[in-house]
Amino acid sequence: MTVLEQHSAYAPTPPPSWRPRTDPAPLLPEAEPYSVLGGEGGVRESGVEPEAELLLRLYEAVVHGRRYNEQATALTKQGRLAVYPSSTGQEACQVAAGLALGERDWLFPSYRDTLAAVARGVDPVEVLSLLRGDWHHGYDSRATRVAPLCTPLATQLPHAVGLAHAARLRGDEVAALALVGDGGTSEGDFHEALNFAAVWQAPVVFLVQNNGFAISVPLAKQTAAPSLAHKGVGYGVPGRLVDGNDAVAVHEVLTEALDRARSGGGPTLVEAVTYRLEAHTNADDATRYRAADEVEAWRAHDPVALLERGLRERGLLDDEAVSATREAAERRAEDLRARMNQDPELDPEELFPHVYAQGTQQLQEQAVQLRDELAAAEFGDGSGAGEDRR
Amino acid sequence: MSTAVRQPPEAGATAARKPATMGQALNRALRDAMRADPDVHVMGEDVGTLGGVFRVTDGLAKEFGEDRCSDTPLAEAGILGVAVGMAMYGLRPVVEMQFDAFAFPAFEQLVSHVSRMRNRTRGGLPMPLTVRVPYGGGIGGVEHHSDSSEAYYMATPGIHVVTPATVPDAYGLLRAAIASDDPVIFLEPKRLYWSKADWNPEAPEPVPGIGKAVVRRPGTSATLLTYGPSVPVCLEAAEAAREEGAEGWDLEVIDLRSLVPFDEETVVASVRRTGRAVVVHESPGFAGPGGEIAARISERCFHYLEAPVLRVAGFDIPYPPPMLERHHLPGVDRVLDAVARLQWESGWTERHPDGGGI
Repeated sequence: MTVLEQHSAYAPTPPPSWRPRTDPAPLLPEAEPYSVLGGEGGVRESGVEPEAELLLRLYEAVVHGRRYNEQATALTKQGRLAVYPSSTGQEACQVAAGLALGERDWLFPSYRDTLAAVARGVDPVEVLSLLRGDWHHGYDSRATRVAPLCTPLATQLPHAVGLAHAARLRGDEVAALALVGDGGTSEGDFHEALNFAAVWQAPVVFLVQNNGFAISVPLAKQTAAPSLAHKGVGYGVPGRLVDGNDAVAVHEVLTEALDRARSGGGPTLVEAVTYRLEAHTNADDATRYRAADEVEAWRAHDPVALLERGLRERGLLDDEAVSATREAAERRAEDLRARMNQDPELDPEELFPHVYAQGTQQLQEQAVQLRDELAAAEFGDGSGAGEDRR
Repeated sequence: MSTAVRQPPEAGATAARKPATMGQALNRALRDAMRADPDVHVMGEDVGTLGGVFRVTDGLAKEFGEDRCSDTPLAEAGILGVAVGMAMYGLRPVVEMQFDAFAFPAFEQLVSHVSRMRNRTRGGLPMPLTVRVPYGGGIGGVEHHSDSSEAYYMATPGIHVVTPATVPDAYGLLRAAIASDDPVIFLEPKRLYWSKADWNPEAPEPVPGIGKAVVRRPGTSATLLTYGPSVPVCLEAAEAAREEGAEGWDLEVIDLRSLVPFDEETVVASVRRTGRAVVVHESPGFAGPGGEIAARISERCFHYLEAPVLRVAGFDIPYPPPMLERHHLPGVDRVLDAVARLQWESGWTERHPDGGGI
């Protein structure tokens, strides 16, 4: 029996035989976002205390992540980035996504998920290529197992399903983690991806970062669903609801879902409830659509502060370690700043050779045209070069 | 990859040829490609158990199993999107869009990802996938079953657009499309699915690759440039033209075979020789393929032309209902009317057979 036949074999249905095809109850998400750090006493449901090493790794990563977001925003103001959609406030989701993945797993980020790619270990300068604008994509996707940052929302979700399915067909234990926002769940591709994933039982995990806004449009104008995690039920995909500012909880839920996917248990839809503390991008004015006190309320539930408090409560962190981590983050930001302050090397002639495996005659002619224009420009005005008409 | 086209010792032997339809040749191409390369996966709506609504995938699920020839949920954007992910992992998906107009939901995946992924990733993530689209009219289809959508695809850099008009080309071009490391939109003329030719499936004759046009009928008076479903129309028109005009016209018919890449050399060589050209296609004329082709001919054959390049195309209307489609589709008479308007009184080429030193 093939992989696909296991789950989608035809079964005749005589007229009176209708019954639910699966029990919907196990697919329902928890009643409240699952939390480790924010809950009373801060103990996870399983009662198992997370490893100290993991907590410290997550802490280091969210502190670095916050500083990275600040640095990238500053680089935008200095004109070094064309635009930066900040994930400030969502560092717990970003970092947990990057760290929950196994070495062979793949990440499918959107444009707001640069930090997840950095947390996965991709060079931030290469990650920011799209937003700097020197090329649409800057890192080796096959080597890093991070798909290109995707701009048209939710369109990368079916890619994650297809890649996960292909891996399963080849017998590889590989899962894909696809990131999307609350707005992206309204897109048709979200629906089609979840449906394909469920029917094919593809080893894929969908992480919805519900940050409250699709640019300016609040969730209430986006959906009437009980929660975004509930959307899984309609596809036969289990939904999980998690406190998206609790890095430990998000990491745990994603790790479980990825393990389940890799071992043939099928897809999971995870909704992480979080908040976009900054505007959509540097070009956006968030005061036009939300009140300052709402933002302040979320600042009180800040993912970095939450994790720092949790670690201090556990005796894993003191003032000295906090400053050491911040200093390390500062040094990394300095390095990023220094490298981003160098002008990228641009090669206009690279516009042509990657369009096809073998360029068409028309593209070759256009490449020659551009080369002539560049050569003429080097001679400067008045040389007459490049003015001969063809 | 093994060689694109199998060539046993008896290659092309006339004795072994028997009548085959274009649909059968396409089916054989898929089968041979799947046998030759385990990474080739066929997927789409009804392609498995049923064998496709046109039976082009008949028997594939049975021979290769459902993992290799998969019935998908009814969602064209999802089908193509999932194929992108499969190609990212190194597979070679062959996607079927059930009808031309049902491919439109997949446009975003095509334009935003399939066509750009190689360029975006500097070759890191090529998209070796084939999208088969039955297209064109003439089969009495109700609305949304007869569109000619090639102009949309041609306007998207990064994909190849290929369309066969003969049985051997159906086999050879589909094998080449599947073997290509670039994404190929493979447009199958619906009304030619049942067209027949003597063909040996065990030894298909080699055909030119993607990007090469072919002169289907040599001629001297004017060039008819066409592709897909309009090729037989133009060949018929060329036969009829021998009896037309003062002394009859000897029309050359070029089957473009591939709209992207566009074989400018073959087209230009022909038009420079004949001095007159008509582009024929079903797709609406305004902003259609004929406009691009006519512009390229004007740019490269201006001094050889006796007359403006004319277009015979579908009207600029939404595809008509089946009982009216015969008025819309370019037919032999409309092609001959256009040929008659090629300013035959000019005679410049006849006076300057060597091109006048240009």
